[in-house]
Amino acid sequence: MDNFLQQVINGISLGSIYALIALGYTMVYGIIKLINFAHCDVYMLGAYIGYFCMTSLKLGVFPSLVIAMLACTIIGVLIEKIAYKPLRNATRIAVLITAIGVSLFIEYGTMRFVTANVRAYPPMTGWLAERFKIGNMTITAQQILIVASTIVLVALLQFIVKKTKMGKAMRAVSLDKDAAELMGINVNSTISFTFALGSALAGAAGVLVGIYYNSIDPLMGVIPGLKAFVAAVFGGIGIIPGAMIGGYFIGTVEVFVSGYGNSLYKDAVVFAILIIILIVKPAGLLGKNTKEKV
Amino acid sequence: MKKKLSILLAVGLLISGLTACGANSKGQAANSNEIKIGINYELSGGVASYGQSSVDGIMMAIDEINAAGGIDGKKLVPVKYDNKSEPAEAITLANKLISQDGVVAILGPATSGSFKSEISVAEKKKVPVISGSATADDVTVDKAGKKEYAFRICYTDSFQGTAMANFAAQNLSAKKAVIVKDSSSDYAKGLADNFTKTFTAAGGTIVGEEAYVAKDKDFNAILTKIKGLDFDVIYLPGYYEEAGLIIKQARALGIDKPILGADGFDSPDLTNLAGASALTKVYFTNHYSSLDKDPAVVKFIDDFKKKYNKEPNAFHALGYDLAKFVADGLKRSKSLDSGALKDALAETKDFTGVTGSFSIDENHNPVKAIVVVGLENGVQATAEKSGNK
Repeated sequence: MDNFLQQVINGISLGSIYALIALGYTMVYGIIKLINFAHCDVYMLGAYIGYFCMTSLKLGVFPSLVIAMLACTIIGVLIEKIAYKPLRNATRIAVLITAIGVSLFIEYGTMRFVTANVRAYPPMTGWLAERFKIGNMTITAQQILIVASTIVLVALLQFIVKKTKMGKAMRAVSLDKDAAELMGINVNSTISFTFALGSALAGAAGVLVGIYYNSIDPLMGVIPGLKAFVAAVFGGIGIIPGAMIGGYFIGTVEVFVSGYGNSLYKDAVVFAILIIILIVKPAGLLGKNTKEKV
Repeated sequence: MKKKLSILLAVGLLISGLTACGANSKGQAANSNEIKIGINYELSGGVASYGQSSVDGIMMAIDEINAAGGIDGKKLVPVKYDNKSEPAEAITLANKLISQDGVVAILGPATSGSFKSEISVAEKKKVPVISGSATADDVTVDKAGKKEYAFRICYTDSFQGTAMANFAAQNLSAKKAVIVKDSSSDYAKGLADNFTKTFTAAGGTIVGEEAYVAKDKDFNAILTKIKGLDFDVIYLPGYYEEAGLIIKQARALGIDKPILGADGFDSPDLTNLAGASALTKVYFTNHYSSLDKDPAVVKFIDDFKKKYNKEPNAFHALGYDLAKFVADGLKRSKSLDSGALKDALAETKDFTGVTGSFSIDENHNPVKAIVVVGLENGVQATAEKSGNK
């Protein structure tokens, strides 16, 4: 039983990271119907920006987290302005291929500057190095930080989307771009805002992963990015709560496959789930409620 | 007509190429104050840390040899190329070193895969190639037989796995072991197999076996599973990149049993990734330890620190020994050509190096001792030498 609960804790920590990345995929898809492959590289850049804030600038964890989120916001908007905006009226396949190109460009461009070697985050001190024991289970302060940050950020996101004017504009654009434009909504700035939000979350995920796993490299976004994408599809792509549920589900499944089966099959199981969802319920778990799309 | 002309041209080029080669290699042997040594290492790419360290050691040894008068008054001249950690590139460079630069022997590459690729060229061109760190079992001998021109100065993976199993059973009195291995590398598989064989023969049992793939980051699930088992030690054959994370996560989960590994642990990055406090009760087999009080080793460490301003690791020491080993062969060799050098290297007896003294056996492997390094709070605290193969 202790083991089981410990595995649940492991699964929730891992799932939080997938959820944070999946939100960015899902928001961008919701608004311009584009699978933004470069998203997972923004996550990687966030990890590196956090790393340089902590090592070169000697900043604390929270300032680094905020700086990484701000920097990723700018990067996300720049990617949209430079690579995707000129293709606004092009075919979807052209934009998709551009997204793959941007992704590879960022990965290998970054490698040029920081080399392919793995880097370790500086060791955490103070309360971030704490571990708490409950019976036979162990929870680290870093796990709590990850889960808490995810919940706070998602609550904030939900507030922005549901309660603010900008959020209303986002929902309008995702429902019908042309109609929204006729109503006087600035579609371009709304799309930029969506990219900004998604990238900020990815940046936060990058720094949190750096703190939690202590290891970053230029290709670190590839596999988590794919799995977060599966999470987004699982929950119903374009739907914010769906991405979150998907993230936690994929994280938990992965942990349980490794914990009670064979760890070598965990990725196979995750992608098998993707295939089954696409066959049985192509719109995803929450896919019917199209009005929720953002 | 055009076709004929082009064939004629091609043949002409080929002949001039061949004669150029011949002249080159002869010139090398006959009259020159230089002996060219090829260096074919991973200076960039995935395992750049191994290649760069080895080359640092090699250059230091070559400088020392030349400062002491060289070989029979001739200076050693290194010809250095970067194979980018790619086996295909290693082959191209080996060809270039032999045909264009006319080297008498090639040092490197550091990893077994690239070194094996290079051997095919060496056998064809009859030029000896020597690696300091290619530990895979089938490097110098495989199913097709012995490789005449391939040598190495490090022990094999099967010896490493066996030595660690003996250490676990005798020094740590372990009865039950769990294996966590990198299923994507032959290195880890070979080590795990040999560890299992020896450990069970010594009366121990393997109570669990888990696997991961390179680049994984989250090991909490398998470690939680292991935590529920009853065991004495964890054997973790793999490279520092994942091993560091596994050790960190295991200690965070409260697993405080000894963790054993192999020479893949030997990198400063292991400490960075795992954190110094997690690296307690961690043991790994290695080629050399900086704790060794042997005067030759102490001198090497001092000189190395003076030259490069850092602590030497095993790859530095192996690179240093590698160049010294070839120089030793050249001194004993009847003439300064590749064939005579090969015979001299094969006859090496009781060569004394920083990584221990050794002789070359009939399979071109060294017969040498292994060191089991123990870490306490991230620093080397113990070093036990064990068994000549």
